[in-house]
Amino acid sequence: MAATEKQPVTGAGPFNGFLTWVDQRFPLMSLWKEHLAEYYAPKNFNFWYYFGSLAMLVLVLQIVTGIFLTIHYKPDAAQAFASVEYIMRDVPFGWLIRYMHSTGASAFFIVVYLHMFRGLMYGSYRRPRELIWIFGVLIYLCLMAEAFFGYLLPWGQMSYWGAQVIVNLFNALPLIGPDLALWIRGDYVVSDATLNRFFAFHVIAIPLVLLGLVAAHIMALHEVGSSNPDGIEIKKVKDPKTGHPVDGIPFHPYYTVKDTLGVVVFLIVFCVIMFFMPEFGGYFLEYNNFIPADPLKTPAHIAPVWYFTPYYSILRAITEDFMWVLAAGVIGLAALIVSSMNGRPARIATVVGAMVLLAGFFSIEPKVWGVVLMGVSVLVFFFLPWLDRSPVKSIRYKGTLYKTALAVFVIVFFVLGYLGTETVTDTRTILAQIGTVLYFAFFALMPWYSKLDKTRPEPERVTW
Amino acid sequence: MKNIARNLLLALLLAPLAAAMAAEEVKLDRAPIDSRDVISLQRGAQVFVNYCLGCHSTSYMRYNRFQDFGLSEQQIRDNLIFTGAKVGELMKNAMDPNDAKEWFGAPPPDLTVVARSRSSPAGSGADWLYTYLRSFYRDPGRLGGWNNVVFPNVGMPHALYQLQGEQVLKTEKTEGPGYPIEVQKLALERPGTMTPLEYDRLVADLVNFMNYMAEPASHERKQIGIYALLFLGVLFVLAFLLKKEYWKDVH
Repeated sequence: MAATEKQPVTGAGPFNGFLTWVDQRFPLMSLWKEHLAEYYAPKNFNFWYYFGSLAMLVLVLQIVTGIFLTIHYKPDAAQAFASVEYIMRDVPFGWLIRYMHSTGASAFFIVVYLHMFRGLMYGSYRRPRELIWIFGVLIYLCLMAEAFFGYLLPWGQMSYWGAQVIVNLFNALPLIGPDLALWIRGDYVVSDATLNRFFAFHVIAIPLVLLGLVAAHIMALHEVGSSNPDGIEIKKVKDPKTGHPVDGIPFHPYYTVKDTLGVVVFLIVFCVIMFFMPEFGGYFLEYNNFIPADPLKTPAHIAPVWYFTPYYSILRAITEDFMWVLAAGVIGLAALIVSSMNGRPARIATVVGAMVLLAGFFSIEPKVWGVVLMGVSVLVFFFLPWLDRSPVKSIRYKGTLYKTALAVFVIVFFVLGYLGTETVTDTRTILAQIGTVLYFAFFALMPWYSKLDKTRPEPERVTW
Repeated sequence: MKNIARNLLLALLLAPLAAAMAAEEVKLDRAPIDSRDVISLQRGAQVFVNYCLGCHSTSYMRYNRFQDFGLSEQQIRDNLIFTGAKVGELMKNAMDPNDAKEWFGAPPPDLTVVARSRSSPAGSGADWLYTYLRSFYRDPGRLGGWNNVVFPNVGMPHALYQLQGEQVLKTEKTEGPGYPIEVQKLALERPGTMTPLEYDRLVADLVNFMNYMAEPASHERKQIGIYALLFLGVLFVLAFLLKKEYWKDVH
């Protein structure tokens, strides 16, 4: 469109002239309309719909505080710990910036976990929002990488040994393992070289990818439109005169003012933690991390930060005996797939796949499978849009089967998370193994239970 | 089937509880400290530079931070700096870590943030320090002649024994509920220059200072926190009213 064809901007008072000038050279008004003033969102968003905008808020908070921390931090094994303490004591308000960043890291995961749970409840990942979901899972992966790399930087004992344990996981992989671990660390143990590269990943590499993914996530969302607690498409019922969804309201001002309220409530909770319990009982800042990293002294109990512990539990649950349970699970799943699928090639492929897995289970060490399953437990989220076969999207219209499955999944996630912070005992290992089975069953059996489930009909229009 | 599912759910829900109960921990005394008690902090700082700083460094802390609890630069220079360091310098010490390793088995750790690193579910780092510094006892089996109930086989000898005196660990047999139990108790065998009460007070002051040193900003943090929450409280009312006003036409 030629610049002269555009309508002048109105409604901005003394700024009309300036904004018109900008709009003729930049898609200012079309961006504003498309993403805010004329982006129609369902009017029945509830509590669970706050966490998307809150995640954005925390992202900005982390980037801004991160920049200030970078100004004073030294990515050098000999100086890192001291530079963090320097920030805590000698830099004016350094302690505030650092606590914002450390509390923000945990807040990011809380907000994102709640955001993901919203998706699970209301089927936000279902057609046509598969790509939004996939971008979201990629964001989650980036966030995990970001948190992992960042956690090494304070160079405390938990930073050091946590990184050592996680990087050593790659050692377990067949063939390429040891070389891969060496390549990640840049040394034979976690050292200054590791700290330097983790700093680079944490400060620039991952944040860049993260920002790009967030943009893609929102662009995809605004392309198809937001879902809602009823899981129905508001675009199906449009006002014939305006062409806008009848149940939709412009994001600005309605959701900007509503999200502002959400932001204030979030900040109140955030400030209570940051100002009055920044360590949060050792969960947000681990006590051991106030001891400088010592490569010669392995702590008796190495626990990752809370947001990784469900996966850490799954890793530790895979013992030699547990391989039989896994084998039984694979055989059962293969039988289920074969019996519910038509067509020879698909059936043969399933059987062959199961055979290969079974052969692998008993020829490759259990610890390798622990690493593999830990990876799968995160990556499995990608497949949700295709695993859910329910005729309805929202939990409001799903039946007891799905509701029970989701409830069990949430409890299992918490229990695995708790177990991951604790030392290993026989009882805890068995509990973690039960949890692992249930965790994977939630996904693996979803195509069947979501179909069997007795659903109720969806309404035509959104309800409150 | 339903029962199995219910039991499983119950087991999963109760798991954290059972696990928490199984963990055994040394019982720590609560440290009677008050970060606003300036006199206590000053006395603690004095004890610290006299008895601790000889072996332990606190190399993230600057001497002039003592001004936070009412000391002037001149007072710090005259009473608390023995090394000739400038008042703005970090509190390092002169002990060679290699010598220290030979003498104690391990170099004495830096103590700047020890009150944070010693925190655990059993109690705060201050509680740990307060209990630890009162739990040394004579043990001829150890190289330095000292052992500790809270930190078994610790490398550090009892630096404050002249004040506290010498404790021994006594095993007492008492009648339990139906069976005899052995209770290990610390008993003061040779009194020091202080009464147990005076000694406890001294340790409390010392721990108060160490707790302050671990996070000098903690006081300011809580103060600003209150203002921040008050501000957010007002903002909440405004945001709530704004939302209500706009959403009138939606509902």
